[in-house]
Amino acid sequence: MALAGRTAVWWARLRSPRPAAPRCLPPWLPAACERPYSSRGKEKVDMSTYPVESIRNFSIIAHVDHGKSTLADRLLEITGTIAKTDRNKQVLDKLQVERERGITVKAQSASLFYSHEGVNYLLNLIDTPGHVDFSYEVSRSLSACQGVILVVDANEGIQAQTVANFYLAFEAQLAIIPVINKIDLKNADPERVEKQIEKLFDIPIEECVRISAKQGINVEKVLQKVIEKIPPPQCNTADPLKALVFDSTFDHYRGVIANIALFGGEIQKGHKIVSAHTKKRYEVNEVGILTPNEQPTHKLYAGQVGYVIAGMKDVTEAQIGDTLFLYKQPVEPLPGFKSVKPMVFAGMYPVDQTEYNNLKSALERLTLNDSSVTVHRDSSLALGAGWRLGFLGLLHMEVFNQRLEQEYNMSVILTAPTVPYKAVLSSPKLIKEYGEAEITIINPAQFPDKLSVSEYLEPTVLGTIVTPHEYIGKIIVLCQDRRAVQKDMLYIDEHRVMLKYLFPLNEIVVDFYDALKSLSSGYASFDYEDAGYQAADLIKMDILLNGNPVEELATIIHSDKAYAHGKFLCERLKDAIPRQLFEIAIQAAIGKKIIARETLKAYRKNVVAKCYGGDITRRMKLLKRQAEGKKLMRKIGNVEVPRDAFIRVLKRQTEK
Amino acid sequence: GAPCPQWPYCRKRCSYCNFNTYVVPAADEAAVRACLVRETRTLLRLGRVQSVTSVFFGGGTPSLASPATIAAVLEAAAEAAHLPDGAEVTLEANPSSAGTPRLTGFRAAGVNRLSIGVQSLDDAELRLLGREHTAAEARGAVEAARGLFPGRTSIDLIFGLPGQSRGAWARGLEAALGLCDDHVSLYQLTLERGTALAAQVSGGALPIPPQDLLADMYLTACAMLVAKGFRHYEVSNFARKGALSTHNLSYWRAEQYIGVGPGAHGRFVPWGEGGCSREARVQTLEPDAWMREVQSRGHGTRRRVVLSPLEQLEEVLALGLRTDEGVTHERWGRFSPHLSLEAAFGAPGKAEALQEQGWLVLDGGGLRCRREGLALLDSLLPDLLCQLQRR
Repeated sequence: MALAGRTAVWWARLRSPRPAAPRCLPPWLPAACERPYSSRGKEKVDMSTYPVESIRNFSIIAHVDHGKSTLADRLLEITGTIAKTDRNKQVLDKLQVERERGITVKAQSASLFYSHEGVNYLLNLIDTPGHVDFSYEVSRSLSACQGVILVVDANEGIQAQTVANFYLAFEAQLAIIPVINKIDLKNADPERVEKQIEKLFDIPIEECVRISAKQGINVEKVLQKVIEKIPPPQCNTADPLKALVFDSTFDHYRGVIANIALFGGEIQKGHKIVSAHTKKRYEVNEVGILTPNEQPTHKLYAGQVGYVIAGMKDVTEAQIGDTLFLYKQPVEPLPGFKSVKPMVFAGMYPVDQTEYNNLKSALERLTLNDSSVTVHRDSSLALGAGWRLGFLGLLHMEVFNQRLEQEYNMSVILTAPTVPYKAVLSSPKLIKEYGEAEITIINPAQFPDKLSVSEYLEPTVLGTIVTPHEYIGKIIVLCQDRRAVQKDMLYIDEHRVMLKYLFPLNEIVVDFYDALKSLSSGYASFDYEDAGYQAADLIKMDILLNGNPVEELATIIHSDKAYAHGKFLCERLKDAIPRQLFEIAIQAAIGKKIIARETLKAYRKNVVAKCYGGDITRRMKLLKRQAEGKKLMRKIGNVEVPRDAFIRVLKRQTEK
Repeated sequence: GAPCPQWPYCRKRCSYCNFNTYVVPAADEAAVRACLVRETRTLLRLGRVQSVTSVFFGGGTPSLASPATIAAVLEAAAEAAHLPDGAEVTLEANPSSAGTPRLTGFRAAGVNRLSIGVQSLDDAELRLLGREHTAAEARGAVEAARGLFPGRTSIDLIFGLPGQSRGAWARGLEAALGLCDDHVSLYQLTLERGTALAAQVSGGALPIPPQDLLADMYLTACAMLVAKGFRHYEVSNFARKGALSTHNLSYWRAEQYIGVGPGAHGRFVPWGEGGCSREARVQTLEPDAWMREVQSRGHGTRRRVVLSPLEQLEEVLALGLRTDEGVTHERWGRFSPHLSLEAAFGAPGKAEALQEQGWLVLDGGGLRCRREGLALLDSLLPDLLCQLQRR
């Protein structure tokens, strides 16, 4: 399942080591700098020539495939940041997974230099994660901006992600420049899209800029709008240093590179700085701007955007949303900092246990750049040693897995994703044991009994669906089936409807997006944002084999869904367990109550018909392999379950 | 020592067969005969065989060979080792090459037992199996054979064909019981990879026979044969009036047998080469290559593997438990002087549990399957092998 075809997603922290040298140098650099393939150890740009008034900090936000990266390419070309060639396609998308999926796993920020009406402007294009898996990070990135370019496809019109992105920018009180892209396409209908924008976002039609990023039509006008409509940052170099960390990467040679936006003061090599979150102290080794590769400068000043290298060893030391200040000159940290909280968990195991160490090292390397993935060692009697990984969302999980396979050639077993439930404890004894009254449950084994709980809570999301109206009926049935509650329904034009539903997160983690896409012939779009927890009638369902519980198949589930899911698991298990000498009852149970049952009949005949002198060698080999297999089987009571049976039951349904 | 010479040629390949057989326009019989003779001599000497206990001509279709070839191999065996008058000499025969004159010739050559590949007495089933004979021809062949080899004619039957009903099988078996002599082998059809029939089934052209139906067919057949006075002496073999196949019993009893001919397998100690351990031996598969090797070296052994004591015990167990006598204490002791059957399988463990559940018996006679256990032997063996490996 993929949530994105072509999302401008900032796959926060998921990226390969970047190349050391820039592709080409911008023409505005001093002549001494114009040596190809060198960016360090030479004369540096003097950033003091760009006062706050000449700075604009902005992002481009768009739905998947509406042309965000193409517009960025053109802006980079026009400002001379990169050379203009036919090959500039998704310049900022470097990973295989990005180009295959058409998403931006890690789009880099870039400082553009542009002269307009005799003034030299510094335009900082701050790339934001386009997907709500990263809504927190989007909000942090947007907090470094004063405005956004909202790109909408002239053919497709407003989509779910357009809506989600718009509200993020709107709530951050940013200037919004609506841009209608792809006007060169045959079926482009910019008028209709302008009306949608007016109706849904209350932005006057005249403010929309019609462009074709692909052909470069009107792109210059977008830059002028950025200068005219987006206010410069409000801050002062004379104030003490206050820098927002809005991204960080890891470089094997230089350690953590933190991308920062200065809300006050200045920063330079030798400064002693402190992280407001960790309270750790560092000495600045290097500062610079992104063009989009790192370009060292002497200093960075208030209002500017760039990077800092300060001997941080681990990306967790430069968490997104953290504030950096000068040692002994503490400032009020910028508001809104949160530690990342994973929303989707899945077990990850090597297909072959002998691959454990290789997978471990691949995970370590991949998470080095991604502090948002949580990793806990886990082991399953059936699947062996592995990990329980926490992701920000489904796409995050999807891409992480794909990168493991593509970049590290690792094949893994990924179990069906689960979500973090909570329980409000009522038993004083348990409260004392946990040290708090509300606990988070990730593993069904920890699910506290109903008797000692006043209520269970499940995570929810507010989902936005934009669809052609002919699919509404089917989509409403689908949403109801997923226990979703309708919050809003609005015709954004004569043909398109926007629906808002409050979903329990677990109802969309497995196959919701696939179901939505298939029943709308691919036309409906979906996006979601965190909507907190709600009380839910949760129960723990056990799977029993001849009365003995199978630990790895225990599931926390809403009571409305227990019967159907129990039946599904029993059926799958029946197909996955080989017949044995006795009958096997495969049951789903809630407490003592059996809610589903399948019966695997006993073998009545299992003996090879012909066995003479000729084929005994082959026969013995097979028997010995079976004997070896027996040793690896998971015994549940007297039932022997092969390892791959669990894999077949536990792995995600889309991988049947 | 029990030589089993292979005649590798068939006139036509059956739809279910994956044996090492070859369909050639005209085999050079004289050359094949010379090689079979030479290899028989070489290997019997290699194994220092004093006395030949039985001979089994298999294949391929050995009834396509001329009686002279059979006679020549038997003469070679008698020359190289003692071949007692009463020793069982079986020939596998296809109904289409088993007319009375040929069978008379084979009897004159020294054959005293015939195993006829009847397979079915239904023409449609025979076509499905790709057999070249009709039910009527099969009947004729069995009647001819019974006339020449009374009490020593066996028939092979196949059940579990795609689409075959339990009733159809019972009727077919009933008919076969009216025709047969004192030995019947009945085989559940195995869909072997690479065969035409397996391809038709996996392609969906033919239905997969359901597991439970196959079990019903087997258990029904066992009951019918036992009711007619047959002893169910091996998973797929039934005999009355003591007409058990001596040669085949030597496989299941893990005695020495000597494979002769293309692709033949053997188990013996090559004392003549200075060996002192039981070896698993396979002859070169392809007939022309095999012949070249026999001509240059006297035999076409392509692979020989010394079997470890554990591997020998594993074979003793896996083969012995297929028979109604099971693995006797005497035989086990011959292969395992230090670990008795009781020590290996009588102690608490998986084997004991299988005995308690009623699949196996370990008593004064040895270790054997109960009637219910025999049909499930392949589910019992992995546990028994596991337990044996731990000892």
